[in-house]
Amino acid sequence: MSHAAAHADHHEHHHGPAKGIGRWLYTTNHKDIGTMYMVFALIMFFIGGAMAMVIRAELFQPGLQLVDPQFFNSMTTMHALVMIFGAVMPAFVGLANWMVPVMIGAPDMALPRLNNWSFWIMPFAFLLLLSTLFLPGGAPAGGWTMYAPLVLQTGEAFPFLILAVHMMGISSVLGAINIIATIFNMRAPGLTYMKLPLFVWTWIITAFLLITSIPVLAGAVTMLLTDKYFGTSFFNAAGGGDPVMFQHIFWFFGHPEVYIMILPAFGIVSAIIPTFARKPLFGYESMVYATASIAFLSFIVWAHHMFTVGMPLAGELFFMYTTVLIAVPTGVKVFNWVATMWRGSMTFETPMLFALGFVVLFTIGGFSGLMLGVTPVDFQYHDTYFVVAHFHYVLVTGAVFSIMAATYYWLPKWTGHMYDERLGKLHFWSSVITVNILFFPQHFLGLAGMPRRIPDYAVQFTDFNMISSIGGFAFGLSQLLFLAVVIKCVRGGEKATDRVWEGAEGLEWTLPSPAPYHSFTTPPIVR
Amino acid sequence: MASSNTQTPAYYVPDSSIWPIVGAVGLFLTAFGFANSLNHHANGMTIMNVGLVVMLVMIWGWFSDVISESVAGKYSPQVDISFRWGMIWFIVSEVMFFAAFFGALFYARQFSVPWLGGDGSKGPLQELIWPAFDATWPLLQLPDATHLEPAAGVIGPWGLPLINTLILLTSGATVTWAHHALLHEDRRGLIAGLALTVTLGFIFVYLQILEYGHAMHEYHLTMASGIYGATFFMLTGFHGFHVTLGAIMLTVILARAIWGHFSPQNHFAFEAVAWYWHFVDVVWLGLFIFVYWL
Repeated sequence: MSHAAAHADHHEHHHGPAKGIGRWLYTTNHKDIGTMYMVFALIMFFIGGAMAMVIRAELFQPGLQLVDPQFFNSMTTMHALVMIFGAVMPAFVGLANWMVPVMIGAPDMALPRLNNWSFWIMPFAFLLLLSTLFLPGGAPAGGWTMYAPLVLQTGEAFPFLILAVHMMGISSVLGAINIIATIFNMRAPGLTYMKLPLFVWTWIITAFLLITSIPVLAGAVTMLLTDKYFGTSFFNAAGGGDPVMFQHIFWFFGHPEVYIMILPAFGIVSAIIPTFARKPLFGYESMVYATASIAFLSFIVWAHHMFTVGMPLAGELFFMYTTVLIAVPTGVKVFNWVATMWRGSMTFETPMLFALGFVVLFTIGGFSGLMLGVTPVDFQYHDTYFVVAHFHYVLVTGAVFSIMAATYYWLPKWTGHMYDERLGKLHFWSSVITVNILFFPQHFLGLAGMPRRIPDYAVQFTDFNMISSIGGFAFGLSQLLFLAVVIKCVRGGEKATDRVWEGAEGLEWTLPSPAPYHSFTTPPIVR
Repeated sequence: MASSNTQTPAYYVPDSSIWPIVGAVGLFLTAFGFANSLNHHANGMTIMNVGLVVMLVMIWGWFSDVISESVAGKYSPQVDISFRWGMIWFIVSEVMFFAAFFGALFYARQFSVPWLGGDGSKGPLQELIWPAFDATWPLLQLPDATHLEPAAGVIGPWGLPLINTLILLTSGATVTWAHHALLHEDRRGLIAGLALTVTLGFIFVYLQILEYGHAMHEYHLTMASGIYGATFFMLTGFHGFHVTLGAIMLTVILARAIWGHFSPQNHFAFEAVAWYWHFVDVVWLGLFIFVYWL
């Protein structure tokens, strides 16, 4: 069992990667681990996407045609869990793994072995979760929010769901600890906090949110587990508990979680827009403070997810005001991105296109969020397709678009090749058109009263559902283009320069493309 | 490219390691086995125990590597700071885990139990559902005890809990004594202070077990006794588990102190475990005040 590390000669570190599968299983290299996170996220994106296709196919017309309602509910539940915990979060952690050390001039992450553990917990967590599709009683179908008492009716899948969530949580917390320790401790000499790239800043704050909110989710699902198997009454009114208490604890995690999935996106967009506008980011410091404000507010807005549950009036008002207050720092950000472009020397390569798509479409999602934040209005919209439209605008055209923008932006640095710009642009335009066909009509469906998470609907909703489904299938197909671009770029292509983009600034662009296996073994000095 | 700084010693980046993947497999087997045993499948417990053994092997192997690297002097002061940040943020995450259960306790006491008793805007509903229910804390009479096991009483604060409070506070002082001894190269003081801390830690755990026996047999207080039993056993149970872990970690530190691993300049492991010990101490104070006393 005594392995290589014990007798490692120090300069062995400067050798290249190990050969075979062992490289990936045992690696402590942040670039390897970042790559594994990204590939894992991409696989999960397609698995979760396939589930979304089932949902859209069933909703193509009223009535029940393809799947039974129980399976439909499993699909909505699993689609959310897979996309949130399997695709978006690991993609951001993967980007942090790859980019944070090279952006701050560090040789690797602060705790490289822990880093490997954080990653490898994830595939096993999803093995546990996805295996429930084949259990008697099927996969969890009570919604990703796992509200008691409904979720307690889950069959054999229940303990698998809870323990998979625990494993994802362990992975996320360990990953966040590693990232925050890396940024606090491994910055190159001279790289003070107010010189950090905004992607690094947003990840400090995201890591803080992960460390403080994920354990609360762990507590909540532990209470579910003991309520079901060990007789506790946390969410059982007969014993003095309250099902609403689950919602409070869950959303105390859940709202910071929303920002965990968007703050790194802000960082990415704040890196890309200045590059292609060939101007420094407008209002850097206000961006940092806005991000911190959003993070702080995220802990005092949670009950806006449950306005209709029956809270005291003071609670409804408090959570409405805090929620609407979030528009202020978010508005600062959008203003700064637009101001960065003002009189810039702009070009529109694929990363910039996705970043611009993000700014416009994420803002639409932000506005519908404001509408939902107003308590009396939310009484109408709650649990309708308006909510579905809202969070898909912020998560798909927000988080996912930023991940795609980041992939196009840094892919030449990772692979050493330029991606196919023509295919990339095709991917952008097909995505941005179809995603709006997919989600925009859902606003109208929600306003007209179509409830979410139901496999059937009244006939007057048919037209918009058909349009939405056609958009959904086309959006799904468009993502195959993304896969093609990535694979093509990994296999070869025009040689990328070190700087890659004319207007790019930052330490990552001082490295060769592809970035060497070990970089910044001695720290650069930043002036 | 910016010029490189030759003054700074290179950061120690460990070579590839088998332990993380062993840990991931161990965690998976533990979770998979536990899930199966909850579903009453025959092999569940066996798989879970195999998983736990794999985890123990991982912990042993991983920490052995770290200790041998530390003793070999591979860790620069910068690596030490990484470990410190790692431990600090880990403790923050643990604090938030307990916060969830404290939150449940406060919610039950402030909102759900009084509401069930007829307080608040939905108060009149109580007359229709459980008119006989009277909201009290500790909650002994339940709204509907059909599927639950109501308790006859609860543990008062001024017996064993008070003794346990004094024990944990004293152990916090003895671990600080050991730290001062370590800083002043007083080997005997270090070992005596640690040994006392470990002893007090295990006495605490023993007294908690006695108290649990007392609660279950004399008062019939269990996890299934409604919200009081649920919050009581989950909070004190997770705390007791953390004290047990802390006491085991202190034991390892005691052994390493006896082997002479620590110097006044280099003793991160000692400090990390001491921080952890203070953390379980502070959580206990919260428990003593809000679970036992008020």
